[in-house]
Amino acid sequence: MEIFGIPSPAFFGQLLLGLINGSFYAILSLGLAIIFGLLNIINFAHGAQYMVGAFVAWMALTWLGIGYWWSLILSPLAVGAVAVVIERTMLRHLYKLDHLYGLLLTFGLALVAEGVFKNYFGVSGSSYEVPELLQGGINLGFMYLPIYRAWVVVAAMAVCFSAWYAIERTSLGATLRAATQRPDLVQALGINVPVLLTATYAVGAALAAFAGVLAAPIMQVNPVMGSNLIIVVFAVVVIGGMGSILGSILTGLGLGVVEGLTKVFYPEASAVVIFVVMVLVLLVKPAGLFGKQA
Amino acid sequence: MQFKLKPLAQAVGLSMFLATAAQAQVSDGVVKIGVLTDLSGTYSDLAGPGTVIATKMAIDDFVAAEKPTFKVEMVSADHQNKGDISSNKAREWIERDKVDVITEMVTSSTALAVQKIAKEKNRIAIINGAGSTAITNEACNDVTVHWTYDTYAVANGTGKAVTKAGGKKWFFLTADYAFGQALEKDAADVVKANGGEVVGSVRHPFPTSDFSSFLLKAQSSGAQIIGLANAGGDTVNSIKQASEFGITPKQQLAGLLMFITDIHALGLKTTQGMYLTEGFYWDLNEETRAWSKRFFALHKRMPTMVQAGQYSSTMHYLKAVKAINSDDTAKVMAQMKKMPVNDFFAKNGTIRDDGRMVHDMYLLQVKTPAESKTPWDYYKVKAVIPAAEAFQPLSASRCPLIKK
Repeated sequence: MEIFGIPSPAFFGQLLLGLINGSFYAILSLGLAIIFGLLNIINFAHGAQYMVGAFVAWMALTWLGIGYWWSLILSPLAVGAVAVVIERTMLRHLYKLDHLYGLLLTFGLALVAEGVFKNYFGVSGSSYEVPELLQGGINLGFMYLPIYRAWVVVAAMAVCFSAWYAIERTSLGATLRAATQRPDLVQALGINVPVLLTATYAVGAALAAFAGVLAAPIMQVNPVMGSNLIIVVFAVVVIGGMGSILGSILTGLGLGVVEGLTKVFYPEASAVVIFVVMVLVLLVKPAGLFGKQA
Repeated sequence: MQFKLKPLAQAVGLSMFLATAAQAQVSDGVVKIGVLTDLSGTYSDLAGPGTVIATKMAIDDFVAAEKPTFKVEMVSADHQNKGDISSNKAREWIERDKVDVITEMVTSSTALAVQKIAKEKNRIAIINGAGSTAITNEACNDVTVHWTYDTYAVANGTGKAVTKAGGKKWFFLTADYAFGQALEKDAADVVKANGGEVVGSVRHPFPTSDFSSFLLKAQSSGAQIIGLANAGGDTVNSIKQASEFGITPKQQLAGLLMFITDIHALGLKTTQGMYLTEGFYWDLNEETRAWSKRFFALHKRMPTMVQAGQYSSTMHYLKAVKAINSDDTAKVMAQMKKMPVNDFFAKNGTIRDDGRMVHDMYLLQVKTPAESKTPWDYYKVKAVIPAAEAFQPLSASRCPLIKK
């Protein structure tokens, strides 16, 4: 059987790979969407936070002997802690200004982080082994699925769903959303809004670091891994609708699949297909697929 | 007015002759070397700051041993792998800073750009990090020397060895730009010439971090050998992900352009058994070990072939200047081509009329983790490829300077 001129096993294989990559896009764009939706900050440091997350896992293993599973918790905590400092000392002053200021500040931070890591580790990066429990793969008939990649999808989806649930379905989430609309009113109800905002930025950064740890065994851990990815992830957020939580998750997955299939049919275009989709979506629906029409 | 011009021209010519005859032969008494390289990007580990260190070592050794009457100075700059930045820098160096020779230039686009400026301004360009064979073919000129390696030499070495060892069916994973396409073509020619066949290829965007889709395609092609016609981070990620998807060891990978820094970054567990071709390995003999240990003390990493070649070419240039006591471009080029290259990097190397420095290359195989005894102990030397076989023969040259 053939689908669009390629044998169905190859087609299903690419579909699955697309979903796996999509889950990375989903978890990264989710972090961006949370930060933008609640803080109005376009967090260009997200790619750097993802890269630092991967490096923290590598350093923990190489220097301290701390393995993958602990890194999944420790690395987001470490990056989150740095994010608290960034929010308290820098971002806080920008909330009332134009989006551009936040973008430039976080972009600058990303360049500094990248430069420091480049200087120290070089550009070739370092290898991080797949944890023992997840080594090997399963033969699905149409493709060989590395167990680790399957775990990435499960872990990423679990985290994405939890974040969506916390923001859209709990009272804490309701408070958060209210605080972004009318901070003065929420403050008057006795809720400490500045602390809420700090926590939100930290959680967004921690999500990026979590994705970094997930990526470490797949990609070479290197200082530019974040900047290679961040532009694509921004495109995903724009297509999904800036600030829409569900939109960024679903678009992330969908675009992973679109990109994967492009790699089979016309590999040369796979680097730009997401931007083509972005242009088309912006022409038809300027607020993005899931965005609220302004 | 015309009759007056002739004596004037003669007078000017005479005075210029007298001026040069009277002065020290080396202009200003200073030889200035410009190192133009990638100091911060993708190729900064294999070339970059290490080549600046190697140049400095060559200058210090030359001054200490030869006690020249002229001074030797060095400037360096980051070309960011961009052709326009490198040509602007080259122009500025030549016009304003009186740089005599521009060296290194990893990334073919920067090398080809500077080569043109060098010809226009009549200065010498010595290319080390860049690999394109166009440098000594279509783009060749009489002021350029290509020193360390080229895509023909590395593809030829690895392609021939792997095909002869029984790897007959090849699939290429190719970086979709000039360098990758040239590398694929060079390797495919070698494979076919040695009785192999190419069953397919896929071109991936440059740079890419996820290779799973492309690898799946290579896997279903039924090829025995997957030839990686890419470099740097792209090669590193393709190798890493190939082992993840169970492609190796059922199918073999052949890295057509790999450097020791790539092996270092990936680790032996992932790369063991791979064949590759290099122009230099630090652990070849006493001489290479002695130099490399000095380099290691300064750089904290063992040298790549590019960094070793940078020392070798700088030293050769300086010796040529001293031998004729002049930094005149044509005279120095003639002297460089006349003297054989004999140092820790090359034995009886020679610079051909197309600018290609031909020397022995090495077919290497990556050791297993158990075979590696010390840090950076990565390769087994499987064969020495003699200079005459390693590089494209002059008879096949497309360089306009070569008369057939």
